[in-house]
Amino acid sequence: MSEKVKVTIDGITVEVDNGTTILNAARQIGGDIVPPAMCYYSKLEGSGGKCRTCIVKVTKGSEKDPRPMPKLVASCRTTVMDGMEVLNITSPEVLEARAGVVEILLINHPLDCPVCDQAGECDLQNLGYEHGLQKTRYEFERRTFDRIDIGDKIQLHMNRCILCYRCVFTADQITNKRVHGILNRGDHSEISTYIQTAVDNDFSGNVIDVCPVGALTDKTFRFKNRVWFTKPVDAHRNCDHEKCNGKVTLWYKGADVIRVTARKDQFGEVEEFICNTCRFDKKATADWTIEHPTHIDDTSVIASNHYETLKPLPVINPNAALQAANEVEFHKTVKY
Amino acid sequence: MSRKLLLEHINVPGINTLEVYRQKGGYRAVEKALKTLTPEEIVEEVKKSGLRGRGGAGFPTGMKWSFLAKPEGVARYLVCNADESEPGTFKDRYLMTYIPHALIEGMIVSSFALGAHVSYIYVRGEMMPQIRILERAIAEAKAAGWLGKNILGSGYDLELYVQPGGGAYICGEETALLESLEGKRGNPRIKPPFPAIAGLYGCPTVVNNVESIAAVVPIINDGGDEYAKIGIGRSTGTKLISASGNLVKPGVYEIELGLPVEEFIYSDEYCGGIANGKRLKATVAGGSSVPVLPANLTLKYANGEPRLMSYESLSEGGFATGTMMGSGGFIAFDEDQCIVRNTWNFARFYHHESCGQCSPCREGTGWMEKILHKIEHGHGTMDDVDLLWDVQRKIEGNTICPLGDAAAWPVASAIRHFRDEFEWHIKEPVKSQQQNYGLANYATPIEKAPVTEEK
Repeated sequence: MSEKVKVTIDGITVEVDNGTTILNAARQIGGDIVPPAMCYYSKLEGSGGKCRTCIVKVTKGSEKDPRPMPKLVASCRTTVMDGMEVLNITSPEVLEARAGVVEILLINHPLDCPVCDQAGECDLQNLGYEHGLQKTRYEFERRTFDRIDIGDKIQLHMNRCILCYRCVFTADQITNKRVHGILNRGDHSEISTYIQTAVDNDFSGNVIDVCPVGALTDKTFRFKNRVWFTKPVDAHRNCDHEKCNGKVTLWYKGADVIRVTARKDQFGEVEEFICNTCRFDKKATADWTIEHPTHIDDTSVIASNHYETLKPLPVINPNAALQAANEVEFHKTVKY
Repeated sequence: MSRKLLLEHINVPGINTLEVYRQKGGYRAVEKALKTLTPEEIVEEVKKSGLRGRGGAGFPTGMKWSFLAKPEGVARYLVCNADESEPGTFKDRYLMTYIPHALIEGMIVSSFALGAHVSYIYVRGEMMPQIRILERAIAEAKAAGWLGKNILGSGYDLELYVQPGGGAYICGEETALLESLEGKRGNPRIKPPFPAIAGLYGCPTVVNNVESIAAVVPIINDGGDEYAKIGIGRSTGTKLISASGNLVKPGVYEIELGLPVEEFIYSDEYCGGIANGKRLKATVAGGSSVPVLPANLTLKYANGEPRLMSYESLSEGGFATGTMMGSGGFIAFDEDQCIVRNTWNFARFYHHESCGQCSPCREGTGWMEKILHKIEHGHGTMDDVDLLWDVQRKIEGNTICPLGDAAAWPVASAIRHFRDEFEWHIKEPVKSQQQNYGLANYATPIEKAPVTEEK
């Protein structure tokens, strides 16, 4: 399996390992051509394929079989073939279909962003900003559910859920006995726990981090602050839980740690799951060894007032004229 | 009188018992297959017969069987898909009720051909009487030595189980069926891998419709070449059509593929015409998922040639002027039926049955249902028709399994062919609640056109 295959995404060719998905190949290139993913999560086995926001068009199947694929495919679950050619943002068809998916995801989403804790770090908000319509065409009543508590630290706000199944896969992965899943069918299906039992596990808090929207929220942080007013800082502690390495991001408001989350990479995925003790109970600076300010990606509103140097994508050849034109950007120093 | 292969002895009293079935030549195929043929030869016969899957997609059965992976030391499974829940389709239920041994005989032969030692019949949960009938028939067959260890001294073992489903339409999709059979929530899997590589419990699996499996029996009895002589073109053999709606004689008919649609509707041998002397307005030719066609396009192609009951002929003209064979659920609407109401009814069904796994289908089916409800009840606006068209286009082709397409096609075709009626519902909100749109020009015969093509 070690042999490399070539894949061209939006005209940029990259060599990846055999068996890589189109989405992961695009992530190796990076930049704007990475398809958005609402349900795929590289850390969770079996996730993906459900939200359909990552659809791309395959214009050439492979070197051996150059026929295009008849339908748009979910890039998170389609593996690359040698010589495959993929269109993402250069295909109007893909962008239209993606806008359709975003519209469809939003028809039952309450759009209560002004009071939602996830606002500012919400994948659906980013997606809607990029692809959504200004006005909804859906004129009917949205489905509603009662809020329920999953344990004493997590609240499930089912109205906001887009049924990406990430938390279900997390619960499957962290627990032996399955206690968290989907009830009902179709657009009345809901995430729930087995007859109101709490997800009783030292790692249950991670469902908050994997949730792409504000459906699962941290009750210790609920309504405390907007994320863009907080200052994220990477820190660690010697956690005595054998599976937790204690590497976290602390979110400061003034001198107080008001929230602790796992560290997230540039695609918004956590690097390592953290235990509930680190997440919910250690909220004093004295508990932690501070490392450095967290790197925040440009796409997020949290990034406002965080400046960074412009780094061209590694796959793009250095172009003297372009570099000269952007000289000011290059000379800016990193300031988190 | 056309040839009957599956329903030949359907009217013989007691044909549901092993004794009578055996007297009428039943289980000859098992004897022939186990004693004289090798599994490869059976697959070859089925390939030669040109039998196409009877569940809806029409994929050649022999081809499907030859794709089955055969790794050493891994069990293989045959699963019979008896989760028949398409509105308008009831042929499998009929077959299982009256002649259950035909299915069991087909299961034995097919399992032998595929090398499966455990096979399942997944029956829809609502069909409790059929489950009992099948279980009784399996017990009879087992007592007579047609199932179990060392069948007919050939050294081949087979256990056959009936598994009731929970009554979900989505479990008729083959990967959802396998999930459900494994005891999980019936969500379709993301393909690849296909069931032929990793199906039930991760083992290679073939999933076939009841009728496809039953059709293996005459293929083995008479030979694949003989079977291929029946029918027309690539649509070989006979097909069970479950006719319903405003017909004089609705019911299950076995037809030779290639029968003209007009003959099927109007001849006394089949449906006997439209009930109460009314005129045909529209048909759904293959179960609720296929596009609805107005009467004139049902009987003739757009160029005036007569349309036949076969896979190719029904889909002649693509979705612009054609439909699909589907699972053979033929629904006829007379001039007093409302297409808008019917489309709403279908949309309601798909809204209820969507599994909720992928977003376009989960949210889109509900949206379409609500818009159609609004139009049907006289609150629609002209924008709604365009919106409906847009929504169905966003669903079609963007989902994991074909349920999204199945939900989008009836809506798309209704708007394509019956837009006048939708607009009448919007322009005449009061009148549309009291009377029907009527036949309009939907049955105007199509003139035989000159060779130049028309849209």
